[in-house]
Amino acid sequence: MDSEGKIRILIAKPGLDGHDRGAKIIARGLRDAGFEVIYTGLHQTPEQIVNAAVQEDVDAVGLSSLAGAHDHLFPRILKLMEEKGASDIVVFSGGIIPDEDIPWLMEAGIKAVFHPGTKIEEAVNWVKDNVKPRG
Amino acid sequence: MFNEDKIKDISKGREGWEDKFNKTLAKTSEKEERFSTVSDMEIKSLYTPVDIRDSDFQGEVGFPGEYPFTRGVQPSMYRGRTWTMRMFAGFGSAKDTNERYHYLLSQGQTGLSVAFHMPTLMGYDSDSPVALGEVGKCGVAIDTLRDMEILFDGIPLDKVTTSMTINPPAAILLAMYIAVAEKQGVDKKKIGGTIQNDMLKEFIAQKTFMCPPRPSVRIIVDTIEYCIQEVPRWNTISISGYHIREAGSTAVQELAFTLADGIGYVEAAVERGLDVDSFAPRLSFFFNAHIDFFEEVAKYRAARRIWARVMKERFKAQDPRSWLLRFHTQTAGCSLTAQQPYNNVVRTAFEALAAVLGGTQSLHTNSLDEVLALPSEESVTIALRTQQIIAEETGVVNAIDPLGGSYFVETLTNKMETEAMAYINKIDEMGGIIAAIEKGYPQNEIAKAAYHYQQQIDSQEKTVVGVNKYEMEEDISVDTLKLSPDLEEKQIAATREVKKNRDNDRVKACLDKVRDACKGSDNVMPHILDAVKEYASLQEICDVFREVFGVYRDPGMF
Repeated sequence: MDSEGKIRILIAKPGLDGHDRGAKIIARGLRDAGFEVIYTGLHQTPEQIVNAAVQEDVDAVGLSSLAGAHDHLFPRILKLMEEKGASDIVVFSGGIIPDEDIPWLMEAGIKAVFHPGTKIEEAVNWVKDNVKPRG
Repeated sequence: MFNEDKIKDISKGREGWEDKFNKTLAKTSEKEERFSTVSDMEIKSLYTPVDIRDSDFQGEVGFPGEYPFTRGVQPSMYRGRTWTMRMFAGFGSAKDTNERYHYLLSQGQTGLSVAFHMPTLMGYDSDSPVALGEVGKCGVAIDTLRDMEILFDGIPLDKVTTSMTINPPAAILLAMYIAVAEKQGVDKKKIGGTIQNDMLKEFIAQKTFMCPPRPSVRIIVDTIEYCIQEVPRWNTISISGYHIREAGSTAVQELAFTLADGIGYVEAAVERGLDVDSFAPRLSFFFNAHIDFFEEVAKYRAARRIWARVMKERFKAQDPRSWLLRFHTQTAGCSLTAQQPYNNVVRTAFEALAAVLGGTQSLHTNSLDEVLALPSEESVTIALRTQQIIAEETGVVNAIDPLGGSYFVETLTNKMETEAMAYINKIDEMGGIIAAIEKGYPQNEIAKAAYHYQQQIDSQEKTVVGVNKYEMEEDISVDTLKLSPDLEEKQIAATREVKKNRDNDRVKACLDKVRDACKGSDNVMPHILDAVKEYASLQEICDVFREVFGVYRDPGMF
C-alpha cells in the first residue's frame, strides 16, 4: 500500500476516562497492519474528536470508553459528524460497554462494538473488511 | 550464605540431577519451550543454594523489622496485628456511599477507602458541562464540603482511618476532610488516613492529570510540608504502582517506576529545604497484586529492600521509620475477565495470598463483577470474606515471611532488585523521573510491554482461562449495581443550591488568596482550607490552579 492510498484511522478517547491501554494497543496493532493511525490522546470532547476527524480527513474513527460515559458521548459524536457532513466516516468502538447498550448504539450508527478480550487481529480484520477509502 | 565447599558439593549434586532431568525430557519434552512469568521473566527449572551463593543473610534477607526489611516492616508482622482490610468503595451520591460505608464497617471492615467519580478526580464540579454523563458513575460525586459532610455522616473520624484515591485535587479533598473532622470536634492532629496525591504516576499511567508535572509536584510538596506540623498522622502520598501495572507494565517496571517516583518526591521535598526524616515516615506505597504468584511476592520483598537502601544510603535518612516501605495492595483489576466471571473469585484469592505473603499493610480484594460494572453488595462481601479466610483459616499468617529462604523466591527477589535498579539508574541518567516523563520514557516502555502481552495472549503463548482457553458459550449475567437515573440531575441541583446560599464575597476573597499563594511561594494548604470551609467548590479551586499553572495535554503517544 503506498501512502496515497492508505486508509486513515483516528483512534479517540472521549470524555474524562483515562483508561488508554486498549486504545493504544489497537492503535499500534492497526499501524503494524499498515494503516495510517492518528491517536487523539486523552480527555477529548466530542467537538474536538469530530474536528480532528474532519481536518485529518480520516476514513474511520475508533472510539474507546471504559468509564460508562459512552451512552452520552457516542451519540453526540455521531450527531456532530452528521452536522459536519461527515457521516460517511465509519465509526467503531471498544471498551466496557454493556451488552444491553449495543443494539441502540448500532442503530445510532456505531458499526461495531469490541469487548475486552478482543484479539488485535480480529479488530484489524474488521477494519480491513469494513473501512474503504472515502471518495 | 553457604561455604565454598558446600556450594561445590551442591553444584555437583545439581549436575547429577540435571542429567536425569534431561534424560526424562528426552522421552517427554517440556510442556513449554520457555517458562516465564506473566511479565515474561524467564524461570529456570530448579533453584538451589548455588543461586543465592553470593547473598549475605544478614545484609540482604535478615529479620523482620530490621534493615533492609526484606522480610517485613514490623518485627511481629501478622502475629501482632493482621493487615487492614480496606475495600475501595464509592458510587452515586454521597448519601449512597455513606450507607455502603456503614454497611462495610458493620461487617468487620477496619478502614474506609473512597472512590470518587471522574469529574471530581479531574477537578470539575457535577454542574460543569464536561461532567455531563459522568456524574456518580465510577465513584462518589464530591463538589463541595456539603457532600463531604454527608459522606462521613455518623462516622467518627477519630476512630476510622480513611484512604482517598485522589490526585490533582488531593490537597482540596484533604482540606475538606480536615474541615469535616473539625465540625465533629476532632482535632486535625488526631485524624489518620491517606491521600493518593501521586501525580507522577498519573502522567505515566493513570492519566488523571490537570496541571503540568512541575507545578503538580510543587502542590504535593506543599501538602507534605503542611502535614508535618498540622496533620502528623496523615500519609501524604501513596506512591502507586497499581495503575502502572494496570496500564500493562511488567512487574519490574511497576517496581522501578514506582520507586523512581518516590525518589522524585523525596528529591523535591529535600530541595524545598525539608529534613528528610521530618516527612519520609509518612510516605506510603500502593502496589498491584497480579496473578503470577512468586513474581509478586518477590516484587514486594525487593521493594522494601530497595527503598530502605535508597533512603538510608542515597538520602542519608537517620530515622529508621524513614527507611520503611509500608504499602497497600489491590488485586489486579486487569487480570479479571468478563467471561465466566465467577472465576474471578479464585483469581482474587490467589492474588490476595501473594500480597499477604509479601507482607502488605492493607489490602483491597476486587469483586468478581468489577469488570462488568460497579460491584454489588453481595460480591463485595465475598471479596472481603476472601481476606478473612486467608487471615483466620489458612494459617499462612502464623510464621513471618514464610517464603523467605526459598531458593527460588530469594533468587527472584534479587533479580527484581537488579532489574529495577537498572531502570532507576537509567532514569537518573535522564535527569530524574520528571525529565524522563517529559521525554515519554516510562509511558513508552509500558505501552511496549502491554502490546507484547496482548500478542502473547492472541497467540495463546499465555493463557487466560475462559478467554483464550476453556471458553464456553455463556450468557454473562451477574446482578450488578444500577444507579438511579435522576442521580446527575439531583447532584447538580444540590451543588447549585450550595453555591447560591453561601457567602459568595467571602468565597471570592478566599479564592484570591489561593491564587496569590499559587503565584508566589506561600504554602497553598491553609488557604485551601479556608476556601473549602466557605463552601468554595472543588472546581473553583482547581480553576485557580489551571489559570496559574496551565493545563497538561496528553502527548498521545502509542
